[in-house]
Amino acid sequence: MKARLPLLALALVAVALVVAPLGLQRYGTYILTLWLVTSIAAMGVNLIVGYAGQETLAQAAFLGIGAYTTALLTGAGVPFGLAFLASGALAFCVGILIGFPALRVRKHYLAFVTLAFTVLVWLVIRNEQWLTGGVMGMNVRRPGLGEINLRNHQNFYWFVLAITAALSFALWWIVRSPWGRAFTALRENALRAESLGVDVRLYTLLAFAIGCAYGGFAGALFAPLVGFIDPAPFALAPSLLFLLMVVVGGAGSFAGPFVGAAVAVLLPEWLRFAQGHYLIIYALLVIVMMAFCPSGIVGLVRRLVALRPKPSTADAPAAPAKEAA
Amino acid sequence: MGEFIQLVVTGLTTGAIYALAAIGFTLLWQTSQTINFAQGEFVMLPAFFALAAMNVLGLPFSLAALVAIALSVLVLGVVFKTVVVDPLIRQGVLPLVISTIAVALLLKDGVKEVYSAEAQPFPSFVPDTVVTVLGTPVSLSQLGVLAVALAVIAALQGFLGGTRTGRQMQATAQNPTVARILGVPVERMVMYTFVINATLAAVASLLISPIYLAKFSNGEHLGLAAFVAAIVGGFNQVRGAIAGGLLVGVVDNLAAAYVSAAYRQAVPLALLVLIILFRPQGLLGRREERAV
Repeated sequence: MKARLPLLALALVAVALVVAPLGLQRYGTYILTLWLVTSIAAMGVNLIVGYAGQETLAQAAFLGIGAYTTALLTGAGVPFGLAFLASGALAFCVGILIGFPALRVRKHYLAFVTLAFTVLVWLVIRNEQWLTGGVMGMNVRRPGLGEINLRNHQNFYWFVLAITAALSFALWWIVRSPWGRAFTALRENALRAESLGVDVRLYTLLAFAIGCAYGGFAGALFAPLVGFIDPAPFALAPSLLFLLMVVVGGAGSFAGPFVGAAVAVLLPEWLRFAQGHYLIIYALLVIVMMAFCPSGIVGLVRRLVALRPKPSTADAPAAPAKEAA
Repeated sequence: MGEFIQLVVTGLTTGAIYALAAIGFTLLWQTSQTINFAQGEFVMLPAFFALAAMNVLGLPFSLAALVAIALSVLVLGVVFKTVVVDPLIRQGVLPLVISTIAVALLLKDGVKEVYSAEAQPFPSFVPDTVVTVLGTPVSLSQLGVLAVALAVIAALQGFLGGTRTGRQMQATAQNPTVARILGVPVERMVMYTFVINATLAAVASLLISPIYLAKFSNGEHLGLAAFVAAIVGGFNQVRGAIAGGLLVGVVDNLAAAYVSAAYRQAVPLALLVLIILFRPQGLLGRREERAV
């Protein structure tokens, strides 16, 4: 019973996600698709932050790498599937290249190197007009998929949903595999993990590079979703927001990135009346949340569920509450 | 040659200001494990305190500058420590890092919404006349900025090395547990560090704003320069932050003139990567600790 409940919930969520666009207007479907794309990038950040215990301030830059790779390749006539894979692969390789020197040094250096890298990528996108169109941006065509017309927003949503599901499953498998358990060992106690034969540096580097690849995949979907890309969404501020949304959702929990992405995508919609103040409200929210519940919204929900008195296990709630915290 | 000397002087001027920000950043990191990702915004904000004091309260610039420093000590020093850092350090380093990033967003968008999104002209305390030194025209205001920045750094070094409180602060930074055993009031020393950081940020802000204009988004560039300066110099040394700051300033200016104005920002970043690859402890830093 206990094992079936999450599966049932998962199935319900899956069904709800599949039928969701049927009741929505074009804009609603667009927001929902944007949420999925954001979630993919956030999953990558979660692997880096929540599982490998590092900080990345470059996810928007990897999103940009993926978006421009896909835009340039599909523009040159390469099929979308290939462009999508190339985007992830390129992000993975770049991740290895910048992660390798940074992880040699000490904790928090990756944060500074990724910070510098984000600025660098943004400069390249802005300055190399012959390649990226600079601040004028470039148009991206939506791919076709055999007989299916992806220009239709509902079809494109289902297409993105399928890819999100596949990538979620892949990440779930990575985290559950012996290989992924090494990540958890790392986060819990790096010193002990190392003494048990886990090559800490290699695993951290791989976690970082895979996280970057997820950023690249998300970018490959982002470009055809919005149809027009310019340097703005790949600057430093969006990279910071990616890190914040994962922590707000719940770093280190599987659902965390989805919840965090939902907050990050929907909050500006709900707070439209507040105009520019939304970032101020969001920042305050993050600080309060970090002070009282650093395990994020998912952690908060877990804590509330554990605190709810159950008739059969009246004396139990105290212990799980502590665990969830 | 004259152009080169001018560029170096300009570089040293901005570099000395970067050094102020970098010193505060290293002091905080050392004494309280606070990696302040809002350091750039800390340098951006005090200029707006001064502008508000001048334009809203009608104070003269000299008084407004004092008001800006006092407000910075209060907001960026005392309030930042008691409201943000103290409750969060108990949750661990990651939540604190995340919160300083949130503080950076908060300050940036706060200034944009409350004051203005436009770059504001900012008065300079030294008139912008050009004098000729050894046949090279040099701006007097730049020399003034350089002199003030270096004087502040010298005063800080004198305080840290020459007074009882300064030595207690150093002891706290090196090993808080032993410092406490030896009777150092560690909590008070940590508070002093936050106050010093806020003061340095305020001075840096008043010095840089006439050059760059006061703008809400200045923090991005200033913060990055401070991080690079601290790491390049060797973040466990105050003199490392000074050397790093000056170096980044000079490299930044020379690169803008001789390499490419469009990629000016990229050159300090290249410097950062080179240092991390070949001398990870920084130019003047000591080797320490493990990597992960």
